[in-house]
Parts: sequence; C-alpha cells; structure tokens
Amino acid sequence: MSEPTVRSAERLDLLTAETSEGAQELQRRTSTKTDELGREVGAVLRLDGLTLDPTSIDMDRRDDETMIINMGPSHPSTHGVLRLMLELDGEFVLRTKPVIGYLHTGMEKTGEELSYIQGATNVTRMDYLSPVINELCYSMAVEKLLDIEIPERAVWIRMLMSELNRISSHLVWMATNGMDLGASSMMIYGLRERELILAFFEKTAGLRLNLNYVRPGGVAADLPDGWQDDALVICDTIYARTFEYDELLTGQPIFRNRMVGVAPLTAEEALALGVTGPLLRSTGVAWDLRRAMPYLAYDQVEFDVIVGTYGDNFDRYAIRLNEIRESIRIVRQCIDMMPGGDYRSQDSKVTPPPRARIGESMEALIHHFKLFTEGFQVPPGEVYLAVESPRGELGCYIASDGTAKPYRLHVRAPSFVNLQAVSLLMRGGSMSDTITVVSTIDPVMGEVDR
Amino acid sequence: MTTLSSTAPPGVLTSEGLATDLCCFPTPAQYVDLVASFRDDGFEMCVDLCGVDYLEHFGRWLPDDVVATRFEVVVNLLSLSKKERVRIRVQAGDDAPEVDSLFGLYPGTEAMEREAFDLFGILFTNHPDLTRILMPEEWEGHPLRKDYGAGRVPVQFKESPGPR
Repeated sequence: MSEPTVRSAERLDLLTAETSEGAQELQRRTSTKTDELGREVGAVLRLDGLTLDPTSIDMDRRDDETMIINMGPSHPSTHGVLRLMLELDGEFVLRTKPVIGYLHTGMEKTGEELSYIQGATNVTRMDYLSPVINELCYSMAVEKLLDIEIPERAVWIRMLMSELNRISSHLVWMATNGMDLGASSMMIYGLRERELILAFFEKTAGLRLNLNYVRPGGVAADLPDGWQDDALVICDTIYARTFEYDELLTGQPIFRNRMVGVAPLTAEEALALGVTGPLLRSTGVAWDLRRAMPYLAYDQVEFDVIVGTYGDNFDRYAIRLNEIRESIRIVRQCIDMMPGGDYRSQDSKVTPPPRARIGESMEALIHHFKLFTEGFQVPPGEVYLAVESPRGELGCYIASDGTAKPYRLHVRAPSFVNLQAVSLLMRGGSMSDTITVVSTIDPVMGEVDR
Repeated sequence: MTTLSSTAPPGVLTSEGLATDLCCFPTPAQYVDLVASFRDDGFEMCVDLCGVDYLEHFGRWLPDDVVATRFEVVVNLLSLSKKERVRIRVQAGDDAPEVDSLFGLYPGTEAMEREAFDLFGILFTNHPDLTRILMPEEWEGHPLRKDYGAGRVPVQFKESPGPR
C-alpha cells in the first residue's frame, strides 16, 4: 500500500478498500443473516428470542430495487463523525446501520493509565457538551469506592454546575436541531445563550469547555464572589428567551411538519433497547435518575420530570425545551439554598493541603508532592454509578485493584446506547427524516466512540 | 436482597459484592437463564454490559465457590418499577472467552456486546452481528486486554513518511 497512486481515481478499487469498514457496514440482503436484517430494519420487540412479527420484515427484496448509500461520516447533520448506511427504496429508508468508531481515541484505555486525580481530565472530554456531568459521575464513583463524604456546599455547587451544564447542553441541541431543519437563526440564538453559561464556567473554573472542576473529594474551587448575581442573570435571560424559542419554533408550521408524528418510539421499544434520557421520557416513561434514584441533593429541590406522549420528534424537542426551564428552577433554588462551608472534603487522603501551608510545612509539601505524583490509593473493589446526563443515564464502572490508578474504567455512554434506536426510528421514513431523527437522538460522538 | 434471592435459580450465588451494589455470580451456563429470570422479575432494562480483563489482578475478591477466570463480563440491570439495580458478573473464560448473547432478552445489548468483543475479544454466542464496532475492521488484537501492546508503535511528532 505504499504506492503514491492509491489515492488517485484511477485506482478505484483501492480507494474503496481504504474507506471500507468491511463487515461493520450494511451488507447486501443476500449476505445478511435474518437476525442481523431484523436488527437493521429496527425489529426490537421479540417473543422468546424471535422477532415478534417476521412477516412485517420485507425479506426478499431484490438487490437491484434498492440502493445502499452512505450518509457521513462527514456530514453536517450527523453532529460529528457518525456514518449511517441507509438502504433506500426511492426516497424511503428500508434499513439503517450506524457505523461508528471514527472518533475512537481509546479513552477507557487511557483512563487505566491515569491516576484517580488525573482521571477527571480524561472523562470530561468524552461528552464534550456536558463535561461537568461526566466529571461528576466519575468523581462520585471514585468517592463511593473510597467511601468518603463530601461537604454540603460541594454537593450544592456540583448540583448548580451540572444544571447549568444541562441548560447549555440542551441549548446546543436546540441550536443544532434548528440548524438541521433550516432554522439557522436558532443556531445563533442557542449558541448566544450558551455563551452566558460558558462565561460563568470560565469565571468559576477558569475554563470554558473541559473544566476539570468536579474532582474526587469535592470541586476544584469555590464559587467566585458575586456568583449569585451572575447565575440570576443567566436564569432570567434564558428563561425569558425560552419563550422566544417557543415563538420561533414550537408553533412554526414548517418546523412542526418535520417534527410532529415523525419517527415515533413506544415505551416497550425504548426499554428493550435500553434507551434513556429525553428519548425514553418522550415515550411517557417518567424515568429521570434525579427523581427516581436521587443523588447529590436532588431530593431537596423541586422540579418536574417532563414526559411526552407519542415519543415522536416533537415530544423530544418539547422535553428538552422544558427541561431547560426545569433546570433554571433548580438553579434558582441552588442560589437560595446554597449552604456555607467547605467546597472540598478535608479528608487529607484526597485533598492537598492548603496553599499557604506548603510554604511553611515540610510535611505539607511532601504530602502535596506525593498526592500529585503518585495519587491516592483506592481500596480494591468495583462500583457502578449512574447520573442523569442531558442525554440519559451516564454510568461509570470502575474496577479497582488497590493502586492509585483504576484497573478498569468503563463509561456507559447514553448516546452510544441511544444510537441503537436509529434503525427503528428511521424505518419507513423518508430520507429527509433521517436528519431530524439523528438530530433528536442527540448523539455526541465523543461519547459514543470514547 | 430477599426478592433477589427468591428469583435467582438454585445454585446461583448472590452476594452483596464488596462495598457497593447487589452482585450475582452465575456460571456461563446459568448466565442467560439468570438474566431472563431477572427480566421476568421486573428488570426492564439492561443499562450496561462491559468486559474486564483481570490478567494483572487475578486475586480479586470473589465468593468462595466462584472460579476466577481471566475475563469477566459485567452486566448492569435496572428495574424502573422497583428502582433497583443489580449487577451480574460472569466468569467468561481464560483463553477463548465466550458467553451467550443477551440479544434475545435485551436487544439493546447488541452494540455493547459488539464493543466487548471488539475491545476484549469476548465472543457472544448467538449475537446477530458480532463485528468490530469501534476499531477498524482490519485491526489486530483487542486493545483493552491487559497484554495488548499499547504504545508499541512509536509516535513521531515530526514529519514522517507515514504508512503509505
């Protein structure tokens, strides 16, 4: 493969081989097993291991009647490098198979090489739209293994930051979803509002995107002076503007035509596929980990779990829009109820000594040095901990062998699982609906491929 | 705990794990039946399935009558109605790890099992499409195995001829 001619159009066979993913791709029907074919047409429900209704799958369609096309991996509406292979009958989608892995960077393997302190910088890069919630999940899993309590204020700061992050993540979704449907002004508005939150993050953590703010043992820094005013401005501004989005999108006929009734999902299908988050709630299942299995202090704040009815694109849109409002409610309560005290655990095992002590105490200096070179040791064991990310259940499975690095770090990425619903949602829909389906599933490819 | 032990088939050990959640340790032969009994018992969702390679941590804690093998498949089930989680850890084998696929019970495990196959080389019997999912098709080895030569390709941060 060292010839320079490989990339030229004269060697089409090699050009194809270069981009081919072999058996991962959607194959011709003749070379596809029944099970796999059922998977690709989105047959989910089954009775004793069999597809519920095999006759509903059009098995013997001749290959020359259909066309297999690639959408992506570089396509503006795939929100990253998602490659969808579609089998089309004219304008209508018969089979779909997502081909992923184009953004795989081995972050789980990297996580085994980083100490528990460094690990937060790794996981924060997985779901780059909700970094705080990634860090939160990882930190809480480590804390559960360590069996340490974190102070009340740190809990509430974490909650404040994750709700702000949820708002910003949903705003990006609103923006890109608008963009996908041709409402490009929504792109500008969504990112404009998100900027307010990123500015708050920058003021608090020093960084805008991958914050490394939530760490095992607490948070990296206390909230800055005057944070209440900033947070209130964010709440007031974005809350008022959600009604502008309502005017812009919710009632708009073109938007509604592409969203209402398109790609419905039933609760049974969603549960069977393991789909969580807004996708699951759109089917009418009121499952939100913040409410169902409260972590942090979510049992002390008031908020509503938004559920849909039909599980269609519009429900998923409406849920995300209203979740922004609910998150604003939680942020307002965080502002009112923020307790005083320490922002990180004073357990000297995980927390470095205060900066001022390092200059005057040899022990503090040694402690600080050891903590950041060797890290802290975590007792052997394994833990699975899940939190509600904007996309669904974000889980972190850590197996520890008693050293300062995780023996195995596995992240249950909600987008990775939700993406499996794509074959089901697209079946029978038109080609243009694929755009809205991918958009409303809201996959973040960094998290899918990890 | 009581509800779980009553649903578990005889011979399957249930235990409270170490410090954390409820764990079951079935043998590969009991695995699918156990998961099926949990599903019938109201665990509607299989939230997570992943593999672990215990090559360098073979002496991990396990209940006395469980024979440790190198590979383990860890399944997390969730019951929405009972608001409970349960974790199932199967000893998948040493050289040619293989367990049955959960695809027939929870279609959502399809991608997760493909991921475990891709990164650990654990085979899942009766999986509809056991191909690589994250790594390229022609990749050699399974990267999350502990004996995988990470870093065996030196990285050059300067201009180099490249693979072709």
